[in-house]
Parts: sequence; C-alpha cells; structure tokens
Amino acid sequence: MIPAAFAYSRPTTVEEALQAIADGGDDVKVLAGGQSLIPVMRLRLAAPELVVDLTRVEELRGVREEGDQLVVGAMTTHADVLSDPLLAQYAQLLVQATETVADRQVRRRGTFGGALAHADPAGDLPAVALALDAEFVIAGPAGRRTVPAGEFFVDYLTTVLEEGELLVEIRLPKIAAADGWGVRYEKFNRVAQAWSIVAVAAAVRREGGRITEARIGLTNMGPTPLRASATEAALVGVDVSLETVTAAAAQAAEGTSPSNDLNAQADYRQHLAQVLTKRALAAAAGL
Amino acid sequence: MTVTEDAAAMAPAKEVGKARRRKEDARLITGKTTWTDNMVLPGMLHMSVLRSPVAHARITQLDVSAAKERPNVVAVLTGADLAEEQGSIPCAWPVTPDMVNPGHPSIAVDQVNHVGEAVAIVIARSRSAAADALEAIDIDYESLPVVLDMEEAVKDGAPLVHDHLSSNTSYHFVFDSAEAGTGASVDQAFDDADVVVSRRFVNQRLIPAFMEPRSVVVQPQGDNFTLWSATQIPHVLRVMLAMVTGVPEHKLRVIAPDVGGGFGGKLQVNPEEVLALLVARRLGKPVKWTETRSESLMTAHHGRDQVQFIDIASDREGNVRGLRCRILADMGAYLRLITPGVPALGAFMFNGIYKFPAYRFECDGVFTNKVPTDAYRGAGRPEATFAIERIMDELAVELGMDPLELRRKNWIQAEEFPFTTVCGMEYDSGDYETATQQALEMIGYDELRAEQQRRRESGDPVQLGIGFSTFTEMCGLAPSRVLGSLSYGAGGWEAASIRMLPTGKVEVVTGSTPHGQGHETAWSQLVADQLGVPFEDVEVLHGDTAVSPRGMDTYGSRSLVVGGTAVVKAADKVIAKARKVAAHMLEADEDDLDFSAGKFSVKGTPGSGVGIQEIALAVFAAHDYPEGIEPTIDAEATFDPVNFSFPHGTHICAMEVDTETGFVKIRKYASVDDVGTIVNPLIVEGQIHGGLAQGIAQALYEEAIYDAEGNLTTGTFVDYLVPSAADLPHFDTANTVHPAPGNPIGAKGVGEAGCIASTPAVVNAALDAVRHLGVSDIRMPLTPERVWRAIHGGGDGGDRATAGTNAHSVSSSEAATASATEGDQQ
Repeated sequence: MIPAAFAYSRPTTVEEALQAIADGGDDVKVLAGGQSLIPVMRLRLAAPELVVDLTRVEELRGVREEGDQLVVGAMTTHADVLSDPLLAQYAQLLVQATETVADRQVRRRGTFGGALAHADPAGDLPAVALALDAEFVIAGPAGRRTVPAGEFFVDYLTTVLEEGELLVEIRLPKIAAADGWGVRYEKFNRVAQAWSIVAVAAAVRREGGRITEARIGLTNMGPTPLRASATEAALVGVDVSLETVTAAAAQAAEGTSPSNDLNAQADYRQHLAQVLTKRALAAAAGL
Repeated sequence: MTVTEDAAAMAPAKEVGKARRRKEDARLITGKTTWTDNMVLPGMLHMSVLRSPVAHARITQLDVSAAKERPNVVAVLTGADLAEEQGSIPCAWPVTPDMVNPGHPSIAVDQVNHVGEAVAIVIARSRSAAADALEAIDIDYESLPVVLDMEEAVKDGAPLVHDHLSSNTSYHFVFDSAEAGTGASVDQAFDDADVVVSRRFVNQRLIPAFMEPRSVVVQPQGDNFTLWSATQIPHVLRVMLAMVTGVPEHKLRVIAPDVGGGFGGKLQVNPEEVLALLVARRLGKPVKWTETRSESLMTAHHGRDQVQFIDIASDREGNVRGLRCRILADMGAYLRLITPGVPALGAFMFNGIYKFPAYRFECDGVFTNKVPTDAYRGAGRPEATFAIERIMDELAVELGMDPLELRRKNWIQAEEFPFTTVCGMEYDSGDYETATQQALEMIGYDELRAEQQRRRESGDPVQLGIGFSTFTEMCGLAPSRVLGSLSYGAGGWEAASIRMLPTGKVEVVTGSTPHGQGHETAWSQLVADQLGVPFEDVEVLHGDTAVSPRGMDTYGSRSLVVGGTAVVKAADKVIAKARKVAAHMLEADEDDLDFSAGKFSVKGTPGSGVGIQEIALAVFAAHDYPEGIEPTIDAEATFDPVNFSFPHGTHICAMEVDTETGFVKIRKYASVDDVGTIVNPLIVEGQIHGGLAQGIAQALYEEAIYDAEGNLTTGTFVDYLVPSAADLPHFDTANTVHPAPGNPIGAKGVGEAGCIASTPAVVNAALDAVRHLGVSDIRMPLTPERVWRAIHGGGDGGDRATAGTNAHSVSSSEAATASATEGDQQ
C-alpha cells in the first residue's frame, strides 16, 4: 500500500534529531528500523506529518562495555546484536531472543531500541530487557534521564517516553556463564516468522547445586511485558531439580492478564506461560 | 537392422525423463521480466479502488466531488456511472438448470454484499495520487443483517444476502449412483449395513495467496484494446471480457506476460479487469491497476469452505457398502467464473480409491456476505479426498481395524484397471499396493509404530501418530463432451502449433498459459525428443492471444496431459509434412524412410539422410519441393481428451503432538505418487513439494476468518499464516509410474496431487497420536490451542475466534460447550 504524504527528516546526530522532533509539530513519528512504523503507515493506520529517520545517527549504533554494564545503542540492529562479541559473552539471553525475531530481512533492519520503544507486548525483546533489569537512557530537550526497565513499559504500545524524547541507549547488566548464569528464551509461535503467542525469558544463577537468583520475563502475557515474580521468589535458595523448577513454574501466570485473539484465549496463554516457564527454567538451569 | 541400432546408440539421450533445470527460472527468480506491474506506457493512468468496509449494506449516499478536485485526479467513477455498461462477472458453470445466479456487478451500484466490494474508483496520474484521493470520497451505508454461517443461512426465515431472491441457496446438486445407473441404492445400502459412521467435517475457507499480486494494464488504440493481466487464463478472459463489456472479441488482445503464481486464484474474470477495460474505453487512455496485498487477501476469490456431513456404511468385516455425502458449500456473495462448479467437480471423487457399491452426493451452494469462493489448488478434489480419507480412519476405529488394512480391503486392485467407479468414472491405471508398500518402507513404518507404542506406554508428553492418505484425483481437464454433460460453459481441449524456422530453430506455441509451472522447459523436452532437435533450439511461446490464438490455459493439472499432448500431436504433423519433403529430397518413397533422432534416412542405405532442421531451410527457400503440397512443414494440433487421468499415491505423515502445549510437529513425511510418465523429475518433485506445503498449510496453519460483522480478520500475513520452509519437514518423495493410457505422453498431471493428498494424512496423523487420550476430531487448521483444548477439554478443539464469526459456527455440542466456556472469560 501507499502511505499518505509526509515530511521527512534525516538527522545525523542525536542533537539534530531532537531538534527535528521539536520543530516537527504535533504529529511526529521517529523511524528506527521501520519494521512496525512503515507497515502501519502503508496501511494508513498512521499518517504522521513528519517522519524523523534515525538511520544516519551513527552515535546510536554499537555496543560498548562500561564497568559491569554493557551499553547498547538504541539503533543497533538485531543483526548487529547477533554478531556482537560482547553480547555473545555477557548477554546470551538477548542474543537467543533476538535470534527468534521475525526473519532475516527484518533482523537486518529492525533495531533493539526501536523494538523497545514500540513496546509491542508480543515483541520478544521487551521481556528480555525487563528480566535483565535493563536501564533505558532517554534524551530530551531538557537533557538525559535514566529509567529502569520496570518503569519504562507503561501500557500497550506505551512507554514513559514523552513527546520530544528519544531512547538513545540501553544498559544491560553483564550476565555471564562464568558467574553461574544460565539463560533461555523459550518462544512459542505457530510459524517461524510470527510473533510470540507467549514467550518466556529466563536467567538463572546457580551456586553449589542451588539457585541463588532467577529472573523471568514474560512476553505477551499482558499489555506490557511482565516479570514472573512469584516464580522468581519461589526459586531462590532451592535445589536445582526438575521438581523445584516445575513447582515454581506453576506460579508463572500469577498476576498476568493476557489478551484473547485468533491464536489464543487468555486461559490457554496462562497455561502456556506455566509450561514454557518450566521449560525455560529447566534449560537455563542446565537440567 | 544394424544401421538402425547404431543410429539409436549414437542418438542423444532422451530429453523426457531428464531432470533439467527450468530454463525460465533465471528471469522469473530475479524478476527481470515483464510482470504486468512492470508495464509502463506513455500517458498511463492509475486506478485505485475504494472498497466497502461493511459486509452488507445499502449505499445511501455517495459523493465523489471532493475526490475529483484532488491533485492529479483525472476521473472518479461510481457504480451508478458504470451500471449500464459493466454487465455481470460471468459464471461459466451453471451446475443445475435451476441454479440461481444473482448477477455480480464489478462495482456495487446501490448495495454491497461483502467487505472489500468496489464502491468507487479513482483514476489519477500517479498511483499515490489515486490512493490519496480515495480518502476524499464521502459514502454512507445503511446496514443490513450480515449472513455468515451457512448452516444458519439455509434455515427458513434466515436473513437474505440478496433480498430479491427467495433464499440463500443458489443450487441443490445431486449425484446418486442408483439414479445414474452407476451403482446401487444408497438408502438400501445403509439399511442393510452392520456399521454406520457419521461425521461432520469442516473444510475451512482458504486464501490462494499467490506470490504476485493481481495486476492489469489496458491500452486503447483506436477501437482496439490490448489488456495485460496477471492471469492464468488470457484466452478465457478474452472471450469473457468481450461478452461482458461488448468490446468485440477481435478488437481485444489479451496478454498474460510472466505470471507469478495463481493456485487457481487467477483463474478468474476479475471485477478490476472489467473496470480497467471500461475506464480505458471511456477515457481513451492507458490505465493500470495493481492490487495491494491487503486488497488481494480481502477481495481476490477464496477457496474451499465446505461443511461436510459424511456417512459411511460397512459390514462387520470392513467391506464398505455405501457412502452418503451432504455438503454445504459457501459461494460467498456472488457466483464468479466457476464458483458453483468447484464442489460439483468434487462430487465424483468422494469415493476415492474404494469400491463402494452405492453412493449419493448432495450439495447446496449457499450465499453468504463474504468474498466469493472459486478455484483453489485441487478445486473440489481436496475437499473430497479429505472427507473420504478422514471417514475411512473413523470407520477403522469403529471396527477396531488397522486403518491401512481397511483401505487395502476396499481399494481397487492393480489388475482391475481400468475400473469404472460408483460415480461412473473410469480410473485409468495404477497400483495402490505397490505405492503403499514403497511409502511404508520410506518412512520406516515399523520403527515409528514401535516408538509410538513406547511413548504411549511411558506417558510421554510428546505423543507420536501416523496418518495415511491413499488418494486419487482426476486431472487432464477435460473431455469436452463430459464438460458439456456437466453444463460447463466451454470445452476442455488444448491447442498447440509448431513453427519450423529457416535456421532450424523451433517455435512452439502453446495455448496452455503457464504461471510458474515450467511449461517452457517441459514442452522443449517433449519437442526435442519428438523432432530430434537440440533442447536449446526450442522456444516456447505462450500467453498472448495474438501469438497463441487458441487455448484453454492452465488449471486443474491439465497442461502437460492436454496441452503437452497437443504439442506432441503438432510435432507428429510436422514430421508427417517433413516426410514428404524428405522423400522428395532423397528421391525415395515416403514409406522407405525412417525418422530417428531428427533425421530421415532411407531404409537400408547407411549414411544417406536429411535432417528435419535442414528441411525447414529447404521449405523456406522453397526452390524445390514436391508437387501438390504447400511449402511449409509448420503444423498445429488440437487435442481433446477422451477421459480424465487419475494420478494416485500413498502419503504417510508421522506427527509429534506436544500434549502439554498442543503444538504439532511433522516428524517425517513420505509420499509415493503415480503421476504417469514423468517428463521432468525436477519439476515433478518441485510440484509435489509445493503441493505438500500447501496441503499441510490447510491442515495446520491457514484459515480465512471473518468476525461477526463480516470483516476479514486474517487480512494480512501476520494473521493469515502461510508456512515457510522453516516450518515444514524434509519430504521423502518417490514415484511409481503407470502411464496414463489416455494420452501419448502417458502423463497424468502433478500440479495438485501433493495439495490434495497431504491434508488428511496430516490430520489423521495428529488424531492417531492422541486418539487414546479421547480425541476423535480436531478442526483445521490444527492450531496449538485447538489441539490442546481437544486433548484437555474434549470436542474438536473449538474455535479460533469470538462468538458469531464463521470460525465459530459449530453445531457439535461438545465443541459448542467448549467455546461457551471460553466466551465466558472474555
């Protein structure tokens, strides 16, 4: 389809981008990889007056190490994520989830930050960011602020990003196998390129046969990504076994409010959340 | 004798049977070719279509004045503007004498009957200007009750799709073996039977989802029009457009350039083709329309959509006694080209490969407020094959028999061919036992059964099932006399001609227009063998009514069987003509000439001879040729088959079912198909692979779903799930070869076999995996949720959508209960 006419700006720095957005009036859309925005524009479900394209903002790309954190530029593409050596070493959960995103063509253009800012509850990466307690660095007219993942996602397709603001980088804690961490992104969908019906992002830290910490993010179990807090709490200090993991996973759907759609009714999604959490935990814990 | 043998030994290897890579693929795959949308003509305008957002309504107000003022808009037309000249989209198959056809305007005049129906068109200087101006059209609708569910639509007092008709039933088609004299009384058979099994199956609505969207370009030149279209049927289209629009047939040239797939979805006279022609005639300027993918899914015709009530009768030993099929077939809102004929085509196939003594088929064609259905890969035969292969499994369960033993007990034996069925069809050739044995070995049947047993005993969360489909189908459409007896509006012949060029190169003109099948390669192989010329010396021309004036085009796995045979017969005529010239050149009697490997030689005179390519030059020069003949060896032929051909095969699917999630995964798939003589094994394998993907897609993935208001909710590929290679298993394919006796090639047709056979094999496999858990049916597609609900909640797994939608129209009480429970939670 053909989008409605729109003005177009292609800044090369974050500063220019913020200026373009500020100058753009009421109806500005920021284009990252375009894998969600362009389809809705083509279907004329969105008809912004101005599109600010970030693809030439080089400072928003790439991954760097800062102490015990990894800093991922918001415009780092999924394909970049999959080939980055730092992420391979310290962010396997993100890498695993990114491998399941859509298809090769989409991964070439789509960006980590774009997926987070779009905040589709069926998207795979928000739950990962939430599970990892990522921090979101947001630039705006008044400077930069940092928001924890737990506060970033507000509602369906809605984040704390205000008008005039840009997500510029995401800070991830290092999660390394050498420190006892095991991870698993367990995705459930009907065909390879489809969105998740439900997915579970799990990171489990083991020490001497016991679980010391568990982080579990749920994809598509509500209007925002969710943590399976009850399951996480139930796992702390327990022996690593299929029994303990299964028992804890039975609480995975607590506090969730999934939607009904063509692929699944809510009760089925809640059932899936338990099964997939069990599987994700078992894999992450090396069972 | 020695000479002949030497010549044969030196002759190039036969082309037929060679797995040649397709010569057309380089340009098709890279897109460096003339797809219709690539056409750019001087002064060309672009058409965009405003489509109804409501399923059933009267148009109460339509104001296009603002749209006319938009930049670069040339014209805006409505149904009122075109009412006098648009005629009706033709329906070529009135399956019963009293079939009701409400007429099908290309653009709605005062009432819309499905979402997506055209209500106004904008013609502008650019595609984007045309699309933009649609937003300026002001239109109001007055809602009418929406008719979606066939079982409701046929009840007395149901709201009507067409209020000038007396009901929503278009026709009631009956075939009864006792009435036809082809079998016994079905009622008697059921009265006498020990065992009767009855089931209600749903063959869901599907979308053809061809790769290249539909596109049409019309260029007026004085009184003449050239129309390019992404169509399967340029020849049929030309005749029909002439009849619909009044543009005289000889003033209309139709070209199907390279066409990117169709699956039956481009076997149509599309409303937009009519509209583009009317616009070009009115404005005197070239105009193009290319659909978006959303338009394609919403408005191009759909396929399948039957509710099937199947009863089977047998004795205790498993000898089948009778089959009774009552079908509701969703026509959608209108009848398009062969909408009513699709289920009727299946009427003669529900008996499958089994020797039923008695058979009755009844079908109601039902109008609903949805886009019309029509041909989709298999067209009638997948529906029939699904029903018979599913009910045979159900009967086996009822009898406590192995499903394969039940089949074996009832199928036609190899020595019984040709066999006349209870439908009066004469099955031509085959051997079901051999194909089945081979398939069993390929899939490793005994080991799979052992593993299934182990998984059952250990209560493994992942259960294993094995499903069969021992199918046949009818191809080679079609004997023209048979089509006449079925009231079809045309014949089933095919035409070809061969032009021998002075340099010895060969142009083959075929009336069977390809849209991705590889005709150019296969026809070249045929002609290379027939004429003894190099493969590379043959060019195949098609798809342009000025180049290839006669043809019936490509559908129903007919091209090689009928169109290929026309080519072979044309080649025979070329040889016969060349023989006279050769005799003259060699100063020999015609009867003393041998023709082998492209060369005429005098029997018993080694070394003498003249090649057919040399003869082509000789008749071009025409300096010296026999008295009484014309100086040409070109020839044409028309082939009208006397019978259908009947490919058959055994497909076996091994399926893993994750009982915790409901996810199904095909572990192994083996198929042995008998498609007669194979011209190109690579093309055959490709057709089987593609067919399997599409048939498996019906079983597991695809379903067109309308909501309670008649909106297509699966309107993009996000929701209408077409599987990719990543979702499909490795296919173990093989062939047995029993040549078709009805054509000189021996081919039976392969375009639809995989699609027809695979669907029931997949569903039977899934059921076999979980039947011990109390599951006896799961509705297609087997979504994980449906499978999970069937295992844990009973019934057929229920529905995929909210109450009141067509995906929700369940009459079985168990499923209704299951869905009511779901509904409470919403």
